[in-house]
Amino acid sequence: MLTIENLHVAVEEREILKGLDLSVNAGEIHAIMGPNGSGKSTLAQVLAGKDSYSVTQGRVLYRGEDLLDMEPEERARRGVFLAFQYPTEIPGVNNAYLLKAALNARREADGEPQVDAFEFMRLIRSRMELMNISKEFLNRSVNEGFSGGEKKRNEILQMLVLEPSLAVLDETDSGLDVDALKIVAAGVNSLRSDDRAMVLVTHYERLLELIVPDHVHVLSDGRIVKSGDRELARELDARGYDWVQQEAASA
Amino acid sequence: MATEQKEITDLVKRKYEHGFVTDIEQEFVPPGLDEGVIRLISQKKGEPEFMTEWRLKAYRHWLTMKEPDWAHVRINPIDYQAISYYAAPKSQEDAPKSLDEVDPKLLETYDKLGIPLHERARLAGVAVDAVFDSVSVATTFKEKLAEAGVIFCSFSDAVKSHPELVRKYLGSVVPHRDNFFAALNSAVFSDGSFVYVPKGVRCPMELSTYFRINAANTGQFERTLIVADEGSHVSYLEGCTAPMRDENQLHAAVVELVALEGAEIKYSTVQNWYPGDEQGVGGIYNFVTKRGECRGANSKISWTQVETGSAITWKYPSCVLRGENSVGEFYSVAVANNYQQADTGTKMIHIGANTRSTIISKGISAGHGQNAYRGLVRVLPTARSARNYTQCDSLLLGDKCGAHTFPYIESRERSARVEHEATTSKISEDQLFYCRQRGLSEEDAVNMIVNGFCREVFKELPMEFAVEAQNLLNVTLEGAVG
Ligand SMILES: Nc1ncnc2c1ncn2[C@@H]1O[C@H](COP(=O)(O)OP(=O)(O)OP(=O)(O)O)[C@@H](O)[C@H]1O
Ligand SMILES: [Mg+2]
Repeated sequence: MLTIENLHVAVEEREILKGLDLSVNAGEIHAIMGPNGSGKSTLAQVLAGKDSYSVTQGRVLYRGEDLLDMEPEERARRGVFLAFQYPTEIPGVNNAYLLKAALNARREADGEPQVDAFEFMRLIRSRMELMNISKEFLNRSVNEGFSGGEKKRNEILQMLVLEPSLAVLDETDSGLDVDALKIVAAGVNSLRSDDRAMVLVTHYERLLELIVPDHVHVLSDGRIVKSGDRELARELDARGYDWVQQEAASA
Repeated sequence: MATEQKEITDLVKRKYEHGFVTDIEQEFVPPGLDEGVIRLISQKKGEPEFMTEWRLKAYRHWLTMKEPDWAHVRINPIDYQAISYYAAPKSQEDAPKSLDEVDPKLLETYDKLGIPLHERARLAGVAVDAVFDSVSVATTFKEKLAEAGVIFCSFSDAVKSHPELVRKYLGSVVPHRDNFFAALNSAVFSDGSFVYVPKGVRCPMELSTYFRINAANTGQFERTLIVADEGSHVSYLEGCTAPMRDENQLHAAVVELVALEGAEIKYSTVQNWYPGDEQGVGGIYNFVTKRGECRGANSKISWTQVETGSAITWKYPSCVLRGENSVGEFYSVAVANNYQQADTGTKMIHIGANTRSTIISKGISAGHGQNAYRGLVRVLPTARSARNYTQCDSLLLGDKCGAHTFPYIESRERSARVEHEATTSKISEDQLFYCRQRGLSEEDAVNMIVNGFCREVFKELPMEFAVEAQNLLNVTLEGAVG
């Protein structure tokens, strides 16, 4: 599904990713953990196509094609979804309108017919229930005045509606209360399938108790320095990152 | 980011869709202006004596006036002797009795503009009075309106068939002395629309007029007068387009609205005159005087405008709130793209007690466009407990354009409450990226954000025109993305 080889990324002359390798197969969930500032969001944004980051070396293949060559909207239409760490507010733009436009853009790319307002409502109703999002929420401006937790649930609602092939979730669990965390986890798990892959960026092992990953990676100073299974997450939770970084330095 | 700027610059480039010239014979009065020309216009239109005299009086006054000191706009000097003040399509010598008699070429023109007269009128239940250059071409639904007692006809017709009404109300809101362009218009106006809604009548349909400037070197000076008698209600929409030409063309209209006790007038404009090319060559000079008077108690006048065209727009639809408890509203979207300059806003003059006014202005600047909001709220000592709320928002696309806000507040009554809020925002790179990550093209994302910005104004437009306004705005800001 996704192959990242020797990825180097710089922002304003400063190198942030320094030779990152990662391979994600369909059906897998990968968790990426790592200290603040290690480059996790940078990776997520580069995968989504944010152009303020420059890729200086390496390549990224998505379903065998050069992902970095595609415009952000093309990536999205081909099934790449990013749940933002900080979802952007867009005053005046109706939340439901954006979601419907997004869905129709995706469907157009897939050669499927457009949904009208009626069908759209039918389609999102059960997903809204799952995310515990009320109808009024749809008629508000995108993310404007949403609480931190509401923004995150809205991101997951979008993901559920768009049904991406590759979803990258950047700290979707941060700032959620216990109940909201369960709701988000249920949403993500409902999308789990053999033809879909997910990359979860998180600081908290407790998310990974609810969404059990196949692989866990530690990103430190722009590189993946250790990989393992869910046990690694537990160990990190208990011991912090120092030992991993020391291990990497001595290797 | 440099790339972002480049993209936004690309984004705001676009083509003018209505720039075609209709090839039909026209009859001109030769360029130039003197009393002879005015008499000729009046005679060609078969006007009664009082009209001719009215024009001449305005003309003589105009001679004593000076062009206004241009408000925040750069302008090429206008040679008033080089303008032809009357152009009528020749085949219109004998005015058509029905649509079948209208030159098919002309109808084709309206088709290209997206105004299929037959279809649109029938489907949307809209009565359309189309003014092509100077002469009113066709008026539909006259009969249905006549049943309700509503008079809706070209100004020329009104002068002949309802001289008493014209005489009573013409110039009663915008006197010929009002300003330079109002005086010029009063002297030479060619045609326009006239509406009278009798007491207690709710006009059974939206009334609508389309204007189009076709001939080169002509000015268009139309004159619209709407009178809503006691307790009546009317909604009126005008749309405007003009072909592409390298020279500037002058459009100096006057619109007068009179709302008597308990009456309501809703006046909507979708203005898309040719704005000039990307270098700022050509385009319409749109200098318009629009004013409504809430003459009776509990009356209401509401202006809604979507201004996407013209090289220069200079226009302040205003409300004189004379009657007690009367209400004035102004909702505006003004776009200045490429080298367009818009200086627009409103005046709310509070005279009666408990008068209320609302001003919602949305300015969009792109390219090298300069957009100025200029608004006056004046509260006279008689206007006890008057209230005004003004909200003025500017949206900038790119960094070479400008937005300016000039609010003037003159309150001489202590019990009055006047509030003003203003914001300026930019479409951020993060907003665009967020939308693109959800699969929208950059262009769609910009349109969506711009439409969101304008929503408060669009929702004031009659349904069928809200969609048109939205499309127009999209076309205006359309560009080669990527
Ligand atoms: N646009 C930018 N301009 C300058 N520096 C940036 C920019 N984006 C990221 N950085 C820097 O790159 C480094 C990595 O940032 P990134 O957001 O990827 O970290 P992270 O691993 O997601 O951290 P956190 O856990 O705090 O979310 C940080 O030092 C950050 O300051
Ligand atoms: Mg981060």
